[in-house]
Amino acid sequence: MSLLTVEHLTIRFGGLVAIDDVSFAAEDRRITAIIGPNGAGKTTVFNCLTGFYKPDVGRMCVAADGQEWLLERMEGFRIARDAGIARTFQNIRLFPKMTVLENLLVAQHKALQRASMFSLAGLVGAKSFRLAEQAAIERARGWLERCKLVHVADDEAGSLPYGAQRRLEIARAMCTGPRILCLDEPAAGLNPAESAELAALVRSVRDEEKIAVLLIEHDMSVVMEISDQIIVLDHGRKIAQGRPDEIRANPDVIRAYLGTDEEAVAAP
Amino acid sequence: MEYLVQQLINGLTLGAIYGLIAIGYTMVYGIIGMINFAHGEVYMIGAFISIIAFTILGPFGFASPIVAIIIVLAVALIFTSVYGWAIERIAYRPLRGSFRLAPLISAIGVSIFLQNYVHMLQGAKMKPIQPVVRGGFVLAQEGTFVVQITYLQIGIIVATVALMAGFTYLIQRTSLGRAQRACEQDRKMAALLGVDVDRTISLTFVMGAALAAVAGLIFTLYYGAVDFFIGFLAGLKAFTAAVLGGIGSLPGAMLGGLLIGLIEAFWSAYFPIAYKDVAVFGILVVVLIFRPTGLLGRPDIEKV
Repeated sequence: MSLLTVEHLTIRFGGLVAIDDVSFAAEDRRITAIIGPNGAGKTTVFNCLTGFYKPDVGRMCVAADGQEWLLERMEGFRIARDAGIARTFQNIRLFPKMTVLENLLVAQHKALQRASMFSLAGLVGAKSFRLAEQAAIERARGWLERCKLVHVADDEAGSLPYGAQRRLEIARAMCTGPRILCLDEPAAGLNPAESAELAALVRSVRDEEKIAVLLIEHDMSVVMEISDQIIVLDHGRKIAQGRPDEIRANPDVIRAYLGTDEEAVAAP
Repeated sequence: MEYLVQQLINGLTLGAIYGLIAIGYTMVYGIIGMINFAHGEVYMIGAFISIIAFTILGPFGFASPIVAIIIVLAVALIFTSVYGWAIERIAYRPLRGSFRLAPLISAIGVSIFLQNYVHMLQGAKMKPIQPVVRGGFVLAQEGTFVVQITYLQIGIIVATVALMAGFTYLIQRTSLGRAQRACEQDRKMAALLGVDVDRTISLTFVMGAALAAVAGLIFTLYYGAVDFFIGFLAGLKAFTAAVLGGIGSLPGAMLGGLLIGLIEAFWSAYFPIAYKDVAVFGILVVVLIFRPTGLLGRPDIEKV
């Protein structure tokens, strides 16, 4: 069984069918890209997975460690805490008035709360709490290093430049210790050098952390380079699925993107 | 001069009480953006529980006032926290996600309910207790006028400073405090990181209620009498203190409480005492004209 199985996912907003009977699976140590023209329903899929929207039809199941979680039945914070889904946003959502380090520590709330017995131990400065706090800071430092943010660790997150905020969002998502990482257009607004760096980061996450990565991205060079599997959505429907080379050659995909017939596109 | 020093001491004591209540307003506002108008009543309940606990303890004879105060404090903390928790659970949580004014109206309803509930159960008369802590240091004497700081006042100021320091630590350094600040800035995002937002909000109310209970106990000890209506004006002034300091800001609430206490004490000393509330609210108006976000509040800079 796959780590994440989505079956017959359907959601309507009034008369608009935003996602229409979409099924797919994602494995750990694989990058699954979701691509499609604007308005295809990519972000809506993420919003369903993370509990923002409740789907009208469909099943979303995370299976790991001999347990199963049905996401459509879970409260938002449990999806993150228990099923282990972390995400980033197209329009960055950091805690702008907290420091970079604090942003990463909030992400480790679950472990810290348990160690501090809901902060009672934290107040009296118990050893278990200090050790847990230390471990959390170590982990945060590890991600700060990987994301090249160590020098700004004590700055307010809101004051960072755009590219750094993008990286911080990924670091924060990883600090929750997820099974599945959902990246919503992580390369948007980055220059080519930053995009390449980001691709390397995402790939290293896949290879070293034993997690599944779901990736929404418009930058096709990034998608084609790092994805193991690509799912193409158009008007809420899944029109193709396969390896990057298969997708590149798929006539339906080309039609969806360019709205014209094949000969016209084959030119370049 | 001696008179001034005496009023300074009195003002600080009063300010400590307002500051403790104001923290409850400012924290709840910070996390759910709502003025909890029932908070003054929570403080009144804290005072009543203290007075009931003292009355029950009375027949056993206080071995030492400190032991008695610690027992009463524990009782007041527990019961008042339960009230704070229950108010949020019953009156506010079901309205979350409703339109903005709904919980505000609910808060006013809770406030009226609690006043009448205590009025019915305890009657309208002032409930007095015997002074628990007596004596003090004489700092100076001029003719018949004695400047003195009582042991109780010392205790109140020390306890308040300790509580505020502990509280600042809790908010700044513990994971609960970080979760609270995260919820203040983006509740949905906090949930996406695995923070139980509902529980964090509940704990915020509990903490606010606990501080209000301490304030209620202090009031009971300091004034020696309580009635069902004390929550109204104290709540209003503590709210004023929170706004004066910058609502949402913890140090602001403490500063605001202190200022309001001092203004009240000094106005009462040198001007007609009947107008002391006018002075307090007048100063609030003046401050808000020049600093709409309060003394320590940070204005949100909107990016265009």
